[in-house]
Amino acid sequence: MAMSLMRPGGFSYSELANAGPVQHHFSPYTDNGGSIVAVAGKGFALIASDTRLSTGYSILTRDQPKLYDLNSNTVLGCSGCWCDVLSETRLIEARMKLYKHEHQKEMSPGAVAQMLATILYSRRFFPYYVSNVVAGLDANGQGVVYSYDPVGHCDQNLFHAGGSSGALLQPLLDNQIGLLNMEIKPTEPLTLERAKGIIKDVFISAAERDIYTGDGILLKIITKDGITQESMKLRHD
Amino acid sequence: MATGLAPEIPSGGFSFGNFQRNLSLEVQGLHPPKAIKTGTTICGLTFNNGVVLGADTRATAGNVVADKNCSKIHRLAPKIFCCGAGTAADTEMTTRNIESQLELLRLNMGREVPVVVANRLLKQMLFRYQGYVSAALVLGGVDKFGSHIYCIYPHGSTDKLPYATMGSGSLAAMAVFERGWKLDMDEAYAVQLVRDAIAAGITNDLGSGSNVDINIIRRDEPKTKIIRPYEEIGLRGKRHGKYTYQKGTTKVLETEVIPIVVEEEEVVQRMDED
Amino acid sequence: MANAQGPSFERFSTSIPTMPSAAALGPMKRTQTPVSTGTSVLGLRYDGGIVLAADTLASYGSLLRYRDCTRLHKVNDNTVIACMGDYADFQYLLSIIEQKAITEDCMDDGFNITARSLHSWLTRVLYNKRCKFDPLWTTFLVAGSDMDDDGQKTEFLGYVDKLGTAYKDGIIATGYGSMLATPLMREAVEAKTKDGGQLTEQDAINVINDCMKILYYRDARAHFRYEIAVIPTTGSARIEAPVEVKGDWQVAHLIRGYE
Repeated sequence: MAMSLMRPGGFSYSELANAGPVQHHFSPYTDNGGSIVAVAGKGFALIASDTRLSTGYSILTRDQPKLYDLNSNTVLGCSGCWCDVLSETRLIEARMKLYKHEHQKEMSPGAVAQMLATILYSRRFFPYYVSNVVAGLDANGQGVVYSYDPVGHCDQNLFHAGGSSGALLQPLLDNQIGLLNMEIKPTEPLTLERAKGIIKDVFISAAERDIYTGDGILLKIITKDGITQESMKLRHD
Repeated sequence: MATGLAPEIPSGGFSFGNFQRNLSLEVQGLHPPKAIKTGTTICGLTFNNGVVLGADTRATAGNVVADKNCSKIHRLAPKIFCCGAGTAADTEMTTRNIESQLELLRLNMGREVPVVVANRLLKQMLFRYQGYVSAALVLGGVDKFGSHIYCIYPHGSTDKLPYATMGSGSLAAMAVFERGWKLDMDEAYAVQLVRDAIAAGITNDLGSGSNVDINIIRRDEPKTKIIRPYEEIGLRGKRHGKYTYQKGTTKVLETEVIPIVVEEEEVVQRMDED
Repeated sequence: MANAQGPSFERFSTSIPTMPSAAALGPMKRTQTPVSTGTSVLGLRYDGGIVLAADTLASYGSLLRYRDCTRLHKVNDNTVIACMGDYADFQYLLSIIEQKAITEDCMDDGFNITARSLHSWLTRVLYNKRCKFDPLWTTFLVAGSDMDDDGQKTEFLGYVDKLGTAYKDGIIATGYGSMLATPLMREAVEAKTKDGGQLTEQDAINVINDCMKILYYRDARAHFRYEIAVIPTTGSARIEAPVEVKGDWQVAHLIRGYE
């Protein structure tokens, strides 16, 4: 029937040549979509995710934020294979509790970032199929953002876009926040309000062009006073 | 042996030589370019005075929305229209080809071509291409025999049905039809049902999105027009910031002026002097 | 292509001719396929509880094999689970869950397994099996009650599949239900809650009945006999006696041939 038309992804001649009875084959991974964007500034860090959880061409739920408050000044955003997200975040939460009880203090974002790289690499040959972004405030109260590949490579940046719209959004952030390749650029530093506006606008654009991003966003604002959150609706088609 | 008197008769049928070539190229790592597909929800039904066709307006290339307002209802004849799902180019070219064939047929015969002919031409063409022309169609129209909806699959099989849906959102749309369909519907009810079916596809199927397009073909009217958009379901978000650049933001690395040389020639036309 | 003869390892083989070597058997295959399967299950939240539904068929491929298999199970007075997929895997997990419920009951401390904890437990079991490449080929819906942030009892409806993918929502359907029934359930909830209204138990049952009928029309692995479970947030859960779809086939007389 028209099933072949339903599958997302590119066209392949060999697919056509091999069309015939298909055997059930177990694949341990699935792509549940979703996007994460994080921005760090002077005295604040922002991280946002969309709230759509999908599989194939179906929406599982319209209300599943992909952010985890790890402690009072660190938030983790994960998207990709949702079952791996659940397992990985539970492991992180447990490890952070152990740390807290052992050292009588909360983990710093830098320590969380390093631990996450180790956790991801521990599954080097059966990876957590997840795109991770950590946002937090460092010891000086400055915003920091760490981003990862699925097997534990860690990068520290000032802004990052990950997940299904990552490739769509990163150039936008490079331009608007990185202010790359510009002759005339704004001299005033990035304010919290402007960063918030950019994040919201960037998600609006992602929902326009990426079928796996939509329904709504959750935005977490990390300052020295703790974590607050905001939400916004996105298109739901 | 080929001679002038008895030329060798070329073997009939299609040649799939290029297909074999592409297959071996792919094995060697040369992948074909990605074709734009219309993820699509399309549907059609008959009511007591004609047929209603509906379609969404999203076209996708992989997980990216390629076109937010593409037209999926194609004209075949004044009172025969066809919704297309599958590879965008295939549905577009197939329906265009059949449209001209139908017009030539009408001119040759000197009478209106019935809907069943459009169905036959489409299925025969698609069958010859063994499904490689990936067009999944919902054909609808009105002729002197009545109102008809046909469901045409890429391999060339067809169904004649009172209501049909196609594309990745076909299940969402069909669920709405199965719940709301009844015998002898009036136009307002039929249009609302088609709207609801397409809206279900738009909101629940990731391959479908943006607007509802509707075409109503009435028995007692000679022509119809596609209502486009009938309704906008996926609405664009409102941006907060302004994203214009100051003049001079982009660095000028080099300047080269190519003058446009205008050559002028004076032509004097003389009047004949006699 | 003509000289595509690869190297032959036969002459180097040291194994006894009658015994196939480990290499000849290929890699160890733990991947299984489902055998006797159940199709879609539906779950819908109303104001004050959850309604679950599943038909009573276990198919053997395309064979209509076991027509009287219940796929809903009452774990305790306010928790019910429903299962899609391999029926044997369902029964296996059920035996463990029943033992858990008995153990809990024997404590006699007034506490029971909650829907939330059972849902969480299932995610770990299924995820661990997935990681061993030996999945339990099932998708579960878990329905019951939960505590919200203010300590108030609220409805709970959760989903877990064979990979360990899990989420909770007010509207969940599995398999073909996710494509055919969720659009109708979402539309019904949206229409009711648009003006601040709420779905009642009867509203939810009506929507579920509609959806089960449409699934029977359109899902080739669905059956006309199905069961409904109602799990109120306060009060005890009940699985109702099986009901049958009363189809409307007047459309059949309109279909003649294909042209």
